[in-house]
Amino acid sequence: MGPELEFEKPIREIKDKIAELKRFMDEKDIDLSGEVGKLEERLVALEKETYGKLSPWERVQIAREFTRPTTLDYIPLLFKDFLECHGDRLFGDDAAVVAGIAKFHGRPVTIIGEQRGRDTKENIRRNFGMPHPEGYRKALRMMKQANKFHRPIITFIDTKGAFPGKAAEERGQSEAIARNLYEMSGLGVPVISVVIGEGASGGALAIGVGNQILMLENSWYSVISPEGAAALLWKDAGQAEKAAETMKITGLDLKKLGIIDKLIPEVLGGAHHDPKKQSELIDTALSAALTELDKMNSAELQQQRRLKYRKIGDFDTIENQTQD
Amino acid sequence: MKKKKYATVPSKRSGQEVPEGIVMKCPKCKKIMYVKELKKHLYVCQSCGYHYPLGAFDRAAMIFDEDTFEEFDKDMISENPLQFPNYMNKLDKDRKKTGLNEAVLTGKGKIEGFSAAVAIMDKGFRMGSMGSVVGEKITRVIEYADRQHIPVIIFSASGGARMQEGMLSLMQMAKTSAALKVFGEHGGLYISVMTHPTTGGVSASFASLGDYNFAEPGALIGFAGRRIIEQTIGEELPKDFQTAEFLLEHGQLDQVIPRSKLKHVLANVLSIHAEGSAAGGSGTGI
Repeated sequence: MGPELEFEKPIREIKDKIAELKRFMDEKDIDLSGEVGKLEERLVALEKETYGKLSPWERVQIAREFTRPTTLDYIPLLFKDFLECHGDRLFGDDAAVVAGIAKFHGRPVTIIGEQRGRDTKENIRRNFGMPHPEGYRKALRMMKQANKFHRPIITFIDTKGAFPGKAAEERGQSEAIARNLYEMSGLGVPVISVVIGEGASGGALAIGVGNQILMLENSWYSVISPEGAAALLWKDAGQAEKAAETMKITGLDLKKLGIIDKLIPEVLGGAHHDPKKQSELIDTALSAALTELDKMNSAELQQQRRLKYRKIGDFDTIENQTQD
Repeated sequence: MKKKKYATVPSKRSGQEVPEGIVMKCPKCKKIMYVKELKKHLYVCQSCGYHYPLGAFDRAAMIFDEDTFEEFDKDMISENPLQFPNYMNKLDKDRKKTGLNEAVLTGKGKIEGFSAAVAIMDKGFRMGSMGSVVGEKITRVIEYADRQHIPVIIFSASGGARMQEGMLSLMQMAKTSAALKVFGEHGGLYISVMTHPTTGGVSASFASLGDYNFAEPGALIGFAGRRIIEQTIGEELPKDFQTAEFLLEHGQLDQVIPRSKLKHVLANVLSIHAEGSAAGGSGTGI
């Protein structure tokens, strides 16, 4: 288990107590198994209660948990023969985006994922998972290649956003994102996008125009980060917790809104508690999605994806409203 | 699909930007000018060239030949999908302020005799932000142009995606871009004109996807906000950062076009594309 979050403190306390009692039993040779048993029961109940009704803000915290598995953690657990492909052929290689080819249950696929670092040094190298235009252009290059060779594309969304920097603007961050939306909508191969951690705004969507969008239970996907929303809407970034509720950013909320297709359950306490078990849950969801999409030919895949986005929106006419 | 048609450009002006009263002080050079004079010059300061942001109706009047503009989907209005507190009141207020029902005006008309479909955003309405209605109206006008085989021109003026509609707003970026992709595959001509400001989710979707990307002088164009970038990189940015001129220099635009020449340049592009093809280009896709 990784570092504990604020709401996990009571769980940790019971765990500590159990450990303490067990130590005491060993040292003093006294039988306390009755007490331990009771505590263990309480622990199970408390974990179930705590993780069973996580608030959006608690899910945001789990999504940001430093030990939470990233794209590169899942790749060896889900795929075989992964070959990473670097560079956009235009400017450089962006380490905040990982791309490559591999086999999924024996079948060739293209993988694209946003990638933060798993320690400070790597985080700096990978720009905290916030891509520059060359990252999105690398992704697009690999998507076009997948299209050429009729390979399904699996993308992993995990970013605090496209990088808001000087160089990113100079090299056309907007155009790079826009171009991906444009081109992804026309791909003739299955595209499955999985939100595995954070999904902030255009920086997430730029690799997210899929036939199916899947989301891990404790990930979030939003037009803006909770802090950004709070700062913009209420001039107070401190109200991020409220924003996480209001903005409807969890998988559960987005499933209800019809934005995403499937929610992938997480292991108790969050993916970081058992990445291997978590990858099995992702594997199941990916396999199911691929099986569904395999029923469509290239034109149908294109059409299904287009219609999916075409339908998103909530509006009315004045006449209807006055009739209501 | 329902369309409300109007034979003429409504005279009601939108946008609080355009000065009311008799005289006006230029926000850039501080020179005082008669409003009548300013209007004659398409709301461009004759002293320093500052381009006042234009309301959507003023823009339509400026671009289209007289009495040729027809508005589409005039009555489409936003719902409140997230039950966002106070959102409907804000929309009401902006409706009264601008005379628009939403942040974009769509329709068709003639530019020096050439037909074109158009979407004109208005920053006076919720900062021109894109929610479901803006995304839907823009998508519909692109689809209309596709069916009619006429070019589409989009004048962007937007702070980005609309916060109050959350993910529905973000997805409008994909929806509009996907519509442009189909239009492009059919050989449709799309001209993007970025006006002040074109940022965030609008900049990162349809605004950047023109066969021609134009901008008005001095317009702020970019993905991220200046303040956020300065905080991120911990240094002050050059004054002209994210202006139309800056983008031109960095290869993101075809041209920066002063308002006085804009109609004619658009007509010129339309005329070049009309040569040998009444559809504004009917060749293969991009």
